[in-house]
Amino acid sequence: MANLRDIRRRIKSVKNTAQITRAMQLVAAAKMKKAQDQALAGREYSSHLTQVLIDIRKNFSEESHPLLEKREGKRELVLVISTDKGLCGPLNTNLARKLRAVASPDADYVTVGRKLRVLLEKLGSNIVADFVVKDPVPFAQTRPIAKFLTEQFLSGKYDKVSIAFTNFVNTLRQEPEVVTLLPIREQANAEVFGAETITADRGHDFTFEPNAAEVLAAILPLYVNYEVFQAHVESRASEHSARMVAMKSATDNAKKFIKELTLEYNKLRQGAITAELLEITTAMKAME
Amino acid sequence: MPLQLDIVTPEKKAFSAPVDHVYLPGADGELGVLPMHAGLVTALKPGELRYLHNGQTTTLAIGSGFAEITQEKVVVLTDMALGEDEIDEKSTEEAIERAQEKLKSVDHSMDAEEVAYLQSVISKSTAALRFKRRSH
Repeated sequence: MANLRDIRRRIKSVKNTAQITRAMQLVAAAKMKKAQDQALAGREYSSHLTQVLIDIRKNFSEESHPLLEKREGKRELVLVISTDKGLCGPLNTNLARKLRAVASPDADYVTVGRKLRVLLEKLGSNIVADFVVKDPVPFAQTRPIAKFLTEQFLSGKYDKVSIAFTNFVNTLRQEPEVVTLLPIREQANAEVFGAETITADRGHDFTFEPNAAEVLAAILPLYVNYEVFQAHVESRASEHSARMVAMKSATDNAKKFIKELTLEYNKLRQGAITAELLEITTAMKAME
Repeated sequence: MPLQLDIVTPEKKAFSAPVDHVYLPGADGELGVLPMHAGLVTALKPGELRYLHNGQTTTLAIGSGFAEITQEKVVVLTDMALGEDEIDEKSTEEAIERAQEKLKSVDHSMDAEEVAYLQSVISKSTAALRFKRRSH
């Protein structure tokens, strides 16, 4: 049976752990607020952009721009956005599971974030490139990623480019998603990118200025850039939210544990005192 | 019938309210939009956007982007939308200088996108600066 000193030591160590997880929770909460704001602010822009694209899309065929071209081949490149650090609940595991279920088994990968890169390396997948993106996500750092993916697609090396990321729903819920980036499928992706405001076909007829081809040539790369950017900010918001929640439950668990241990400790202490008193009274009785 | 104007940048929704008319810096020159305008999608170049809201004309400096115009709505998607008091002359000048400096160092034939990006920074900063100076 545990003696008093052991329990005291355990209480102390659990207290220390709780202090650390509490500090991490506070840090994550501060970052979470910022990341969530960024994700929500970006949604407005990306959903409007998607809406414009959907509106004008029926004026164009798939051959009118190389980024729209659907190809027969099956070679796939996947951009995987995971976290650099752990302690964020089941976030990365969920994304990995989703990735396994959806992406083709011989796909090549581009990674952002250490966690899934390490996992993919272990599984022996082919990683073509690895990017580092700071926190909070600067647009200037996601642009080269979008550029790289576009180049890979246009060069004909890959027939499909997807993004695997974690979509931020709310603080308690984050959904792993795999969406097709190229060739551009704006209809399908509209559902993922916070799109209650998007309607499939509003039946407007548009004229274009300066002309249709130029508008399309400008809007498509922009769309790719922003989709990549939005996937990053959604992932970051999810990461910090998940970490905040994980750390909060860790702190709560530690507190509960401390309570139990303290109770145990007090019981033992009382037991010891009672035993001592008993000994003294017995000794007194014996001396009478 | 008023015209709903939404100006959206990647950072925030810069403006959203009904207006009486709006003037946009289109790729082919300035473009006035009144309610019941025909459907139009136009590229925008960096410049000034003016709108009449509650009898008051407001001007914003905007970057390049797009406008989608339907009969009752104008959506402006741009990478910058700043009112006069939001433009800091000094930092804008510095931004232009930095971009020009960098433009010299990149290889124009190799990195077309980088060049295009830097040029867009310069032109949008210049538009902001011109607008700021004129309104003094």
